[in-house]
Amino acid sequence: MAMETEKSEHTVTTRTMDIIVALLFMGVAALVMADSWRIGAKWASDGPQAGYFPFYVGLIMFLASVGTLATNIFTKKPDLTNFVDREQLGSVLKVLIPTIVYVVVINFIGLYIASMIFIAFFMWWLGKYSPLVIAPVAIGVPAVLFVMFEIWFLVPLPKGPIETALGY
Amino acid sequence: MEALTSLIGGFGVLGDPMNIVYMFVGIALGVLIGVLPGLGGANGVAILLPLTFSMSPVSAIIMLSSIYWGALFGGAITSVLFNIPGEPWSVATTFDGHPMAQKGKAGEALTGAFTGSFIGAFIAVLLITFLAPVIAKFALQFGPAEFFAVYLLTFCSFVGMGRESPFKVLAAMTLGFALAAVGIDTVTGQLRMTFGNMELLRGFDFLVAVIGLFGVGEILLTMEEGLAFKGKSAKINAKVVFETWKKLPGMWVGALRSAAVGCWMGITPGGATPASFMSYGLAKRFSKNGKNFGKGELEGVVMPEVAAHAAGTSALLPMLTLGIPGSPTAAVLLGGLLIWGLQPGPLLFVEQKDFVWGLIASIYLGNIAGLLVVLTTVPLFAAILRIPFSVIAPIILVICAVGAYTVHNAGFDIAVMLIFGVIGYVFKKLDYPLAPLVLALVLGDMAESSFRQAMLVSQGNLGVFWSNPLVGSIVTLALVMLFWPLISKVKERIMGGPRPAAAE
Repeated sequence: MAMETEKSEHTVTTRTMDIIVALLFMGVAALVMADSWRIGAKWASDGPQAGYFPFYVGLIMFLASVGTLATNIFTKKPDLTNFVDREQLGSVLKVLIPTIVYVVVINFIGLYIASMIFIAFFMWWLGKYSPLVIAPVAIGVPAVLFVMFEIWFLVPLPKGPIETALGY
Repeated sequence: MEALTSLIGGFGVLGDPMNIVYMFVGIALGVLIGVLPGLGGANGVAILLPLTFSMSPVSAIIMLSSIYWGALFGGAITSVLFNIPGEPWSVATTFDGHPMAQKGKAGEALTGAFTGSFIGAFIAVLLITFLAPVIAKFALQFGPAEFFAVYLLTFCSFVGMGRESPFKVLAAMTLGFALAAVGIDTVTGQLRMTFGNMELLRGFDFLVAVIGLFGVGEILLTMEEGLAFKGKSAKINAKVVFETWKKLPGMWVGALRSAAVGCWMGITPGGATPASFMSYGLAKRFSKNGKNFGKGELEGVVMPEVAAHAAGTSALLPMLTLGIPGSPTAAVLLGGLLIWGLQPGPLLFVEQKDFVWGLIASIYLGNIAGLLVVLTTVPLFAAILRIPFSVIAPIILVICAVGAYTVHNAGFDIAVMLIFGVIGYVFKKLDYPLAPLVLALVLGDMAESSFRQAMLVSQGNLGVFWSNPLVGSIVTLALVMLFWPLISKVKERIMGGPRPAAAE
């Protein structure tokens, strides 16, 4: 599938991605069917077993994905445009990776401090703001959240050692 | 005229000043949500849902539904001024809205869009007022087989009416059903697809999925498209508003047509987005100014907005009467009802009169309030859009994380949200529809239990779905919908040559 497109930077075609996702779907469907079969997908004396409905759901998912797969393999006009340009993927990862780190960090130091660091990092790294602009936003947003959730609506959010030290 | 009496009772519920306050707060939040990228009606309501647990259900639904109306209005602002549809259903509004803004007629375009939204919503709520009690009364006689038939029709309509590949619709939908099945089976108590993982015992909450799919996924997509927000300034004053209003009566035929399209697409879960495109296409074909469409024609702004808002509003009709939402946002509202301890469905009209009619009355007032709010505050919201994305994006991601956490007070859910975000991004890029996935996730358990009950009654005989004319005709209609892509292809072959699609 090494088609030369006008774009010099060739990444993954939409068709390849379509095929990969269809295969993933088939994998998930197989998993669903296997687990439903394990707990029983047949008709017992007291009615359908627990796996009855999910089993057929998995079967339909499998067949539909075979359909997508077949359309993409046998089509006469495959979609060979890039699924995502290198530059675009870069921008997406610039958001995705810090967010993954943020989600992991929440579990250790609580949501408020993690959000503060996340917002500050984002503004500094992608926005190139000066600390004078960053500070009020990075401190203000978690502060507003704190007042809204902990005090106003009495919904506790995950907190870490620093909040505990402050008495919350 | 029973409906009118009930409606007056509903307005009585709104007499509580706090409810009016909640309504305005909801509208303002909704417009904000509609304007910001990554936040929309569905995930905005999902994020705010946990905050309403301590409110009375009536106040809560008024606030949340007002957010929905606000978001419907807000989508138009970004479309016209920035050529960025804030919501998928306002894509069609950009076609003529942005060219008008470039010609310096932004005020006129916005007034047209807002008023169009209002008209669409008003017609749809009239429909709800008079049709909902009738449908609810009718649905009281439904058994499990009938309910399953309606679920089946709902999901088959996605296949028949979606613009995406039917295979992809089916795959996305069954993924939703499979995710809904994860956890403890409500009938037998057996564990399904938990694979020994404790966190999966709870199953997947659709609220977390909605926040990830629509929120995080949208942020990733926006990031890809680059971040140059270059907007036109908006000047709306009373003069522009009245001048535009003078032009509107001439469009009444088109408006009625768009409202009809919208209501139909809203009740059957086609949704607001296809409704807006279809209505734009119809207006382009039938209007005498059709050839100017795309160059900045007021009618091209009004028509899709009428349809989108009519669809968005009428999506509540099946939710209230049958417990089957017509759109992802309606699905989130339905989730709210369940959390507040209300069982959506026909009994709601009998047991929770105050709630239902309070909600319907608030749709009337909410849309009037919404029109006033957006007409007066457009410059403010346009200014918010000028805040650079590198500031807005982390804040929205933080809000999404908070929203995902508060659903079950589970840190694990934040990670789940992020995974759904990536799924949402990939699905959007590959044209897998998100709405059937969300609806299947919401309705999975209910659809399954009605199916099982029906099968129990019939001792496993599928004939129960054709056992009486009502259920038989619904199931048959559903199957026609399911195989519609196939049927229309065969029809094309026979009739010779593809016919131009109405949507284009």
